[in-house]
Order: sequence, then C-alpha cells, then structure tokens
Amino acid sequence: MPLSPFLRISPRLGLTVARRSKRAASTFSSRAAESRCSLNSILIANRGEIALRVGQTASQHGIRVTTLYTDPDSRSQHALSSPFAFNLGSVSAYLDGDRIIEIAKREGCQGIHPGYGFLSENSAFARKCTEAGLVFIGPPWKAIEDMGDKSRSKEIMTAANVPCVPGYHGQNQDPNFLEAEADKIKYPVLIKAIKGGGGKGMRIASSKSEFQAQLQSAKSEAKNSFGDDHVLVEKYITTPRHIEVQVFADKHGNCVALGERDCSIQRRHQKILEESPAPDLPDATRKDIWAKARSAALAVGYEGAGTVEFIFDNDTGEFFFMEMNTRLQVEHPVTEMVTGQDLVYWQLKVAEGAKLPLTQDEVEVQMASRGHAIEARIYAENPDQGFIPDSGRLVHVRTPAITEDTRIDAGFIAGDEVSAHYDPMIAKLIVRGATREEAIRKLLAALEEYEIAGPITNIEFLKAVCKSDDFIAGQVETGFIEKHRKGLFAKDTIGGEVLAQVALACLHHDTTDSSRKLANFEGSAVGFSPSYQQRQFTFEDTHSGSKDGTTFDVRIQQISDNQFSVKVGDQVFGPVFSHRNPDSPVITSFFPHTRLDTTVIRDEDSIIAFQQGTQYRLTLPRAKWMDKALGMKDVSNSVLAPMPCKILRVEVQAGDAVEKDQPLVVIESMKMETVIRSPQRGTISRVVHQKGVSQDEIIFLYPSWTTTFPASCANYLKWFS
Amino acid sequence: MRAPSPLLRSFSSRATVLLPHSQRLLLSRAPRATTIQRTARRTIASYTHPHHASAISVLPTAVDTSSSDFRENEQQMKELVGRMSSLHSTIAQGGPQKAKDKHISRGKMLPRDRVTSLIDPGTSFLELSPLAGNGMYGEDVPAGGIITGIGTVEGVTCMIVANDSTVKGGTYYPITVKKHLRAQAIAQENKLPCLYLVDSGGANLPHQADVFPDKEHFGRIFFNQARMSSLGIPQISVVMGPCTAGGAYVPAMSDETIIVENQGTIFLAGPPLVKAATGEEVSAEDLGGGQLHSSVSGVTDYLAVDDAHALVLARRSVANLNYPQTSIPSELFKGAVINEPLYDPNELNGIVGTNLRRQIPVHEVIARIVDGSEFAEFKRDYGSTLITGFARIYGHQVGIVANNGILFSESSLKGAHFIELCTQRNIPLLFLQNISGFMVGADAEKGGIAKNGAKLVTAVACADVPKFTVVFGSSAGAGNYGMCGRAYSPRLLFMWPNAKIGVMGSEQLSAVMEAVGRTADPELKARIDRESEAIFSSARLWDDGVIPPAQTRRVLGLSLAAALGGRVENVQTRFGVFRM
Repeated sequence: MPLSPFLRISPRLGLTVARRSKRAASTFSSRAAESRCSLNSILIANRGEIALRVGQTASQHGIRVTTLYTDPDSRSQHALSSPFAFNLGSVSAYLDGDRIIEIAKREGCQGIHPGYGFLSENSAFARKCTEAGLVFIGPPWKAIEDMGDKSRSKEIMTAANVPCVPGYHGQNQDPNFLEAEADKIKYPVLIKAIKGGGGKGMRIASSKSEFQAQLQSAKSEAKNSFGDDHVLVEKYITTPRHIEVQVFADKHGNCVALGERDCSIQRRHQKILEESPAPDLPDATRKDIWAKARSAALAVGYEGAGTVEFIFDNDTGEFFFMEMNTRLQVEHPVTEMVTGQDLVYWQLKVAEGAKLPLTQDEVEVQMASRGHAIEARIYAENPDQGFIPDSGRLVHVRTPAITEDTRIDAGFIAGDEVSAHYDPMIAKLIVRGATREEAIRKLLAALEEYEIAGPITNIEFLKAVCKSDDFIAGQVETGFIEKHRKGLFAKDTIGGEVLAQVALACLHHDTTDSSRKLANFEGSAVGFSPSYQQRQFTFEDTHSGSKDGTTFDVRIQQISDNQFSVKVGDQVFGPVFSHRNPDSPVITSFFPHTRLDTTVIRDEDSIIAFQQGTQYRLTLPRAKWMDKALGMKDVSNSVLAPMPCKILRVEVQAGDAVEKDQPLVVIESMKMETVIRSPQRGTISRVVHQKGVSQDEIIFLYPSWTTTFPASCANYLKWFS
Repeated sequence: MRAPSPLLRSFSSRATVLLPHSQRLLLSRAPRATTIQRTARRTIASYTHPHHASAISVLPTAVDTSSSDFRENEQQMKELVGRMSSLHSTIAQGGPQKAKDKHISRGKMLPRDRVTSLIDPGTSFLELSPLAGNGMYGEDVPAGGIITGIGTVEGVTCMIVANDSTVKGGTYYPITVKKHLRAQAIAQENKLPCLYLVDSGGANLPHQADVFPDKEHFGRIFFNQARMSSLGIPQISVVMGPCTAGGAYVPAMSDETIIVENQGTIFLAGPPLVKAATGEEVSAEDLGGGQLHSSVSGVTDYLAVDDAHALVLARRSVANLNYPQTSIPSELFKGAVINEPLYDPNELNGIVGTNLRRQIPVHEVIARIVDGSEFAEFKRDYGSTLITGFARIYGHQVGIVANNGILFSESSLKGAHFIELCTQRNIPLLFLQNISGFMVGADAEKGGIAKNGAKLVTAVACADVPKFTVVFGSSAGAGNYGMCGRAYSPRLLFMWPNAKIGVMGSEQLSAVMEAVGRTADPELKARIDRESEAIFSSARLWDDGVIPPAQTRRVLGLSLAAALGGRVENVQTRFGVFRM
C-alpha cells in the first residue's frame, strides 16, 4: 500500500480527535460552527489516477465514494473502483458541472472532490456546489476566481508584498499598445491568455519582429479554448527554475507551507520530474519563499490545498510569484513523501471544518527526518518526436515493486486503453531516499524495472535524465532538456544479444505447443540433410524517428531441442539454449557467455523488448511483396497526421503553392494544438480531410513529393503549470 | 549389466524383511501357533506399483563403451557417418554456384529456402532420398534435381515436391521422375496433401526414352494427381518458374494453383517452339505468364508478387483444406510424457560398426530407439533369432520385428504369428532388418523352411497396417522379402550408412559363380561390393534415404506421425493362404 506511511500517523488525526476539536472550536469560533459538517459520502468529479487516489483516502476513512465516467472511460480503472459509478456520456462531460451536481445531490453525496484539471479551478462550479448545499472540497470560489484571473492575482500579490514578474496585465488589448509594453519589459516576453491554463493561449516572442504573429496565435487559441482572447504580456526569464510551495489553510485562519517542490525539468513547458526539497536552495531563501507563499494564501482568504508557483532566477537568486494553483496538484505525492502526510486527508478535514492537523513547526520536524522525494511522470508520448503524445492499448505493464519508499499512482493497468481524448499520463512513480542522490538512484532503479508496451512512453527518456551528471548535481532549470538535448537523446546501438533474443522470441511465439508433442523436434534437422530451417528475421530500428531506420538481419538455425545457432550480422552466437514459458512474455536464453532474460512483446508490427533495465523498440518491416499484394494506397507525396487528431483549421486549399515550413493545418490531440507545416515546396493537389475528426490519415496530397509528414516540424506550445 | 533391474531385485528381497514396525511387535508377542498358521494363509492380490510393472519391459544393456571392440566399431562408423554427412552437405548446396547466383539475381528463392518458408516454424522437415541420382549419370545431379519430403504446413502434414532449377534447369532425369513418383506414392499411401513447387524445364531431352513413355514415367505424375484428387488428397501447385509441355499439366491438374508473376510460366510449347510451329512471335510472359493465367486463361487461381508471397498463399490454401491436422497420440492427451530411451542413441555407432560379419545385438538397437527403452517382448525364448514385441516411439504404438540372426522355421512362424497380432490390433509394424537369409541345409529343408518362410512372407505382404523398414545391417536374399523389403511396400524404408543390400554377399556370390563352373570376373567382387552399398541403393531409390543411426528414433517418429497423424482409414487385413 503506497499510502501506508500516512496511516501510521493518522490515529492522532483520527475522526474522534477531529470531532472533539470541532466541538471545542464551535464554542470559540462562530465561523467554524457555520461550516461544521461531516463528510460521509463524496463524489469525485475526475478520472484516472487522481480519482483513484482521492477515492483511496476517502475509503480508508469510511467515506463512500461515487465516481463518474464518460463513454470512452466506461471500463477505466477509476470507473470500476467504486460500486457507485455513473455515466456522464460524451467525452467532454467531465466538464458538465450541472450534471455532476445533480448526480451528487441525487446520490446523497455531501461533497464533491474535483481532483485536478477539469472543474477543479472553475470558480463558477465551486460556487454552484456551495449554492446547492454541497461541500466543494477545495478553496472558496472567490479565492479561485481571484487566482484564476492572472491580472487580479498579481494585484493582490503586489498588495501583500509578494514579488511579481514585471509585465502588463491591463485591459488594453490593442496589438500595438501591447507591443509597446513588450518593448518596455524587454524581450523575450511571454504572451499569455488571462483565462489560460493547460499550456493553451501561451506564446513566447523572442524578438520584436515575431511579436505580432505570436500575439495573434495566442489570441486565436485563447478565443477557441476559453472564449476570451484577453492576454497579458510579461518578462520571460531565460534561465529560470520552477519552484512551488505547497500550502494548506483551514477555516480557522491557519496556514502552513508543506515545503517546496522544484519542478524545473519540463518538456513542452509541462513538468515531468518534480522533487522536494528543491536542490541547492539557500536555507534563508527557502524560509523566505515559504513565508511569501503563506502570505499569498492568506491574502486571498485561502482554504484547503493550494500551490503557489514561483519563477526562480538561478543567476540572481530572486523569485517572482507566477500564479497560484487552487487545487491539489499532480505532484502532491512528492510533498506527501517528505512530510509523511496524506494531503487528500487534509483536504477532507479542512472541508469538514477541522483545523489543520499540524502546525508549521510540526511540519518542519517531519520534513527534517524524511529526506528527499522525486516524482517521475510516465507519459504516453514520444520524446524523440518532440514529446508528441501517443495513445493506444497498454499491451504489457510490469511495475517495480511497491515499498514504503516507492509509490506508484496509476490510472491504468495492462490491457487498458490510453485514450486520445484525455491527458496521456499513464502513471506517477514516486520514490523517497535519505538524500537526493539516493532518491535519484532509487528512481533510476525503479524506472529500469518499469515495463510498458503499447503506446510509446517517456520512460527511457526519464532514465536518461536520471543518469545525467547535471541533474545528479542539482543543476536544474526549466531549459534543462533543451540544454542537454545532445546527451539526453543520444541513442545507444542495439546489441546483438538483444536482436538475437527478439528473433528467438518471435520463433518461439510461432511454435505451437502441440508441435512440440508431435515428434517435430521444434525444427531441428533430421537425418543427414542440414540445410533446412535457417530462417531470417529482419528488424528495423525506428527509434530515432527517421523513416529510414537501421535494418538488422538475424538468422536462426535450430540445432536441436531448445538449442539454436544465431547469427546477427557478422556476430555468431552458438549454441544458445533458449526457452520460453508460454504463459509469460519472458524469454530466457543461455548464451555461451551470459544468461539473458528478455521480455519481448510483439504488438502488430512493433516489438518492444526489455532487457537488463533498458527498453528497445523495433519494428517489423513488411515484406517486399506486401505493399503490392495488399494494393496499398500510395502514401508518398502526402502529409500524414502524426496521431489521431481533430483538425482545427486548414490553412491552405487545393491548388495553392506552398513554401517549406508554411503552416498547412492545425490539429488538436491530447489537449495539444499542433501546427503541421509543409515539409518542402510544392503545390497542394488535394486536401483529403477538412475540419473534423480524422484518424491517422492523409491530410494532403502533393503531386511531386516523396516526403511524408515529419513530426519534428510540429510546433508545440508554451505552458507553465 | 547397466539396467534398472537391481532395483527390482533389492525390492523383492527386502519385501520379506522389512515389515512395518507395529506388525513386528505383534508377531513377536504372538504365540508360536499363529506363526505356524501363516503358511496356510491364502495369498491375496498384492498391489504392484505401475513403475514396477513397467520395469519388466525395460531393456537392459550390456554395452561396454570402453571396450576395444566398441571403440573400433565407433571409430569406423563415425568415419562413415562423417563421409555421408559431407556428401549430403554437398548435395544440399544444390546446383553449381553460377546457376544459383543467376537464380537469386532473378529474385527467386533457392528451393531449400522455399521449403523452409513453406513449413511451420518449429517443425522439422523429413527430406527423402537426398542421394537420388548420385553417381548415376556421369554428371552431378544433386538430389536428382528435385527435393521431396514430409513437412508440416499450417499443422497439416504434407508431401512437398520442389524442383531445383539450379540443377540442369530442373529438368527431369529418369531418377527425377522416379523420385517424383515415389513422393506421390508415399503421399497416396499416407494420405498426405501434395504441394508442388514447380520450377522445371520439363523432361531432360537426352534421356527422353527413359523419361517419357513407360508406365512409371512422366505421364504417371499426372495420373497420380488425378487419382489422388479423386481420393480427396489435395493437390496444390505453386508455379515459381517454367512449366513447359507435359510440365504444364502439374499446375493444370492441381486442385488449386498459385503462380508468381513475371517468373512462373505455363504453356504447352514455349516461345521458340511456337515460332517454329506457327511463326507466331510471343514473349514467355504473354504466352503463359502469371497475369495471363490468373486473369485471362484461368489456368491459375492466385497471382503472387514473388516467391515469399506465393508461399504465404500456399500456406493459406493448406489452412483452408479442412484437412485433419497432425494429431497427437491419444495417450499424450492424458498427460503421459514421452520418455527418451534410457541409453544414448549415439552408442549405436559403437554397437553396430561397419563390419557386417559381426552379429549385431538387436536388443541394444531397440533399446536406443523406443520410448523409455521399454519393449514388451513376445515369445522371447522361442525362435530367438527373430525378435518380436511391442513398444512406443514418440507415443505411437508399434510392433517391432527385428532380426537377431538367421531365420529358422521357428523364427518365421513366430514372425507370422506376431504380424497377425498387429494387424488384428491395427498396430503399425516396424521391421529392423539385418538378415543374410533363411537357414539352408538338409535339416532346415526337412523342417519345411520353404513353407514356413513363405508364411512370414505372406504375412508381411498382406499386412495392411503401416509398415516401416530400417535396414541396419545386411539385406540379402529372401530375408529381404520376409523382413519387408522394398517390394513389400513399407510406407518408408531407410538404410543405415553401413547397410548392404544384394542377393548375397560378394564372397558368397563369387563362390557360387565358381561352383557353377564360371571363372569369376576379377572385377566382379569389387563391383558387387560397390553395388551393395547404401549409397548405391539410395541413389537408385531402392530406399527413401540413408539416415544416421543415432537419428533413427527421430526419423521413425516423423514417419509415424505422417502415417498416423492426419487422415487415417482403418483397413482390415485379409491374409492369403498360409501353407500349413
């Protein structure tokens, strides 16, 4: 049980104690008496791992959990986790606040936990909950509203002496005026939708020349996403760190900071590695940033869990308030690991009107003995292609062993579908160590045991980060990945043993159990004739993302039962004793020099192999004859969507002459907007799909091109969170 | 004696001594009278543990692998096996390098690679008569220019016949025809679907007189195809090269035909002959290519892009035959496991050797072939020069008839009796042949060896169960008939490299020639010796291949699976008159 550390301290915070304190509080504080309530049944208005996470704590405390799901999510783990599960219908229905409140009322739920994302920072929804007599397990709607408006939040923070990033947050949206403001702030500047979030409506203008183009892009995206194209412009710090403080406040005016988290390792401006405490932070700064965070929370009359985000200038040691996230965040387990607290339990207590379970001093005592924690977010995405999201069925999942110091929060199990409709995060892996070095070591070890086959994941990339010297040294910044691109994306060559193992697995896979019993000797030679059964397997390494990957030939000749001679290129292995348990994907082979246990998963044309903590992806090239025999459509001279997506805009028409890198189409998938650009000069002969949904299909046909869409030209958007 | 028998002995001797503790106490306290009464107690049915029961069938071995005889035998046999191995390797290379390069440059697969692609991964291919044509024509015709064998395709045991166009353009020499016909005969007897991978220039014209006209010549191929098709034995052709003239009938007479475009051609007369006959000028592809035959003439049913595609199509056709898949012996369904022989089959080399004057102890041979070395011997002590009994090979029950000396009247009668048992019970027969003949002499004749031998021959000839023969020594005289020689239609007949076949040994033959007043040709003995060898026999298809002794068990396992695994009809044997 990943949450067991929290259970050990819970008796002190147990319900009876809490109730007694409430009774005591009622005599002193009328405010607390008003909101005093006991939550016996809550509804979780979210999906995936966070819905499971919240449900777990609630169940541990005897609270009935009602879950919601949509049509594509009907078989997902969170939907199955509770006997009380209700279908909202369409894909986007997690945002249907009125329906959700109606279900909560009908099912007799007293509170709604919004999780993160979706309705968690929707002040209108929080207000409706309150008006409907339901406890919104989160801050008061007014605090959400104040913090959700970027300009308003800065005003409040400035008033409370919390430093903010210089910028223009006014109402004047005249493009020329904004450009003048940008000139004043000095480039690079960040253009950000006021209502923005989730990476949408954000652009960087690195010079005056591109300001107007980026402004227009940010505005149009904001308009499409939030129905409001108001933007703010502010200074863009070039070597920043992202440091945030977990705060908690109760209805009694108490507020504590549960340490900080460094979330500087980001790609596409979204976090992938979060740790606490932040490395290399002077103690005075640490204390200062906590104090500023608490002031920020108190300034907005905050209640419950919140995160105050700061941008930390690594060069000057200054930090500026960025925004306050009025919800429990994805990375909250890091804080739970270093404080030994269950933050969802804290949320429930605060919502019930209880006082915070610990004081600031008590929190700091806990943190002093609990070392360092790191969380790695495991995403279905392809780091080699600009971290483009992936989706599909989890064909194989093997997780590292869960211990007190190794926790996994996952919304999926093997066999589940990672839907293109929602966030592509598969799981969070959180480890704790006595020191940062130990925590990194443990994280790497756990990642090496983590096997996922199906969609492409970032696990290999996370391992590369864990091995990076600068990361180990604590040299983190938000531009870390870009700066270390060369080292992080370096590809090892695939060893001959791996290829041999993959080929043997394919051969074993096709050998039916019955053929073993049929005196067929599994293909070994019978009689004097030696020349049968040498079979050639061809694999392609498309890891690099290029279309023309490296090709490997493996030849296998069976010598006798379970004994093979394997030739990989010029390398000859033999004899290799190899066997596979038909119920397991692991193939065990004894080479003359070593024993190898390799997990080999074949999913259509792709092969994923795990060997000694490394994952290898190979594809099975189709035989020469297949294209012709299958009468395949000629897809050269065309641009393909890189993933299942919705086409937002088509920027060109048939007959248009286009230049290289000219935007052709804007697609949306996995919460991401992507611009597909022309790979080279040419004329559009036909637009195959217009606005609407397409599935991995051709969008454009060119009369004279031979290039299909390279994903590297996808332009990803800015998001701080 | 290396055998599990010590276990039995110790068990029986201990049984009387080791009474349970409580019982011993009881006995010691009991008055004397009761002990005396024990003699009158009736014996009850004592329980026998199954592994004790089966222990009585386990063959012991007396082989001393460190003896000089064994070592000498082993060394000679290993040399012979090595020579045989390298000969087979050379043959497996197919035609000359130039022809192979040309073949590959056309995008074609070599015939052995075609066979590998065709059969299921993880199954073995039993190649038949790879020595065919060896040394027969004064030129190399590796494997007789055609590869035949039994393989598993989509779980169905099939007969595969593949022309090797790197050998003289895949043309049919007389031995090629014979090998093709033999493969068809095996297919017909064992009801195996036939897959023809056709890539042949047709009859080898210089040899046309020995290829074309006779009953067992080229025409018989199509006769067999038609007959087998009528018996419900599927005929599938994959045209991967030319099929000219008579050859055109191979695909045309098949149930289903696949052709490779721009590679396979089917026509009764090729472009040159057409031009000579009618003056019409036409390309091979337009005259009989894949496109034409698949879309215009309808001669072929599926058009393939290349060899690999064609073989995938062939596999799909087999999958759609609705033909019984090779099945597992019923005992194995019940969870029984196959026990390998207790003794190393490689010891057969040292047991047998190459000197056929030495008596080969056949029990030692059987012990290295059958499951768990278990052999339920029938009439062990009667007519002991012929060994008979029941055993299993890879779970398939077989009745074994094996020579352990000269055939006498008693051994002949015993053999006939045992064959009758097997036919009654529908048990396949395995003949292990090492026979120099029936006993001669006044006593033997008085004892009616002629009529008793005839009983054995009648029994062998009429037995309608699958019969298999392995010649592990000599095969001479009427002994060849009594032990199911080629003329007695064993489903398959294999020879060991040391085996010799002939009317009699060369020395006896010379002696007889001298006795009848002819001076023996000084070359005669050498020629007879050469003509008696396994290589000579196998080149002429007097057998289905020469096999390494150590692999006998495997070869028989595949043979039994082919005969019993697919579609099997039980035929009741009717014997002819046994002269009493």
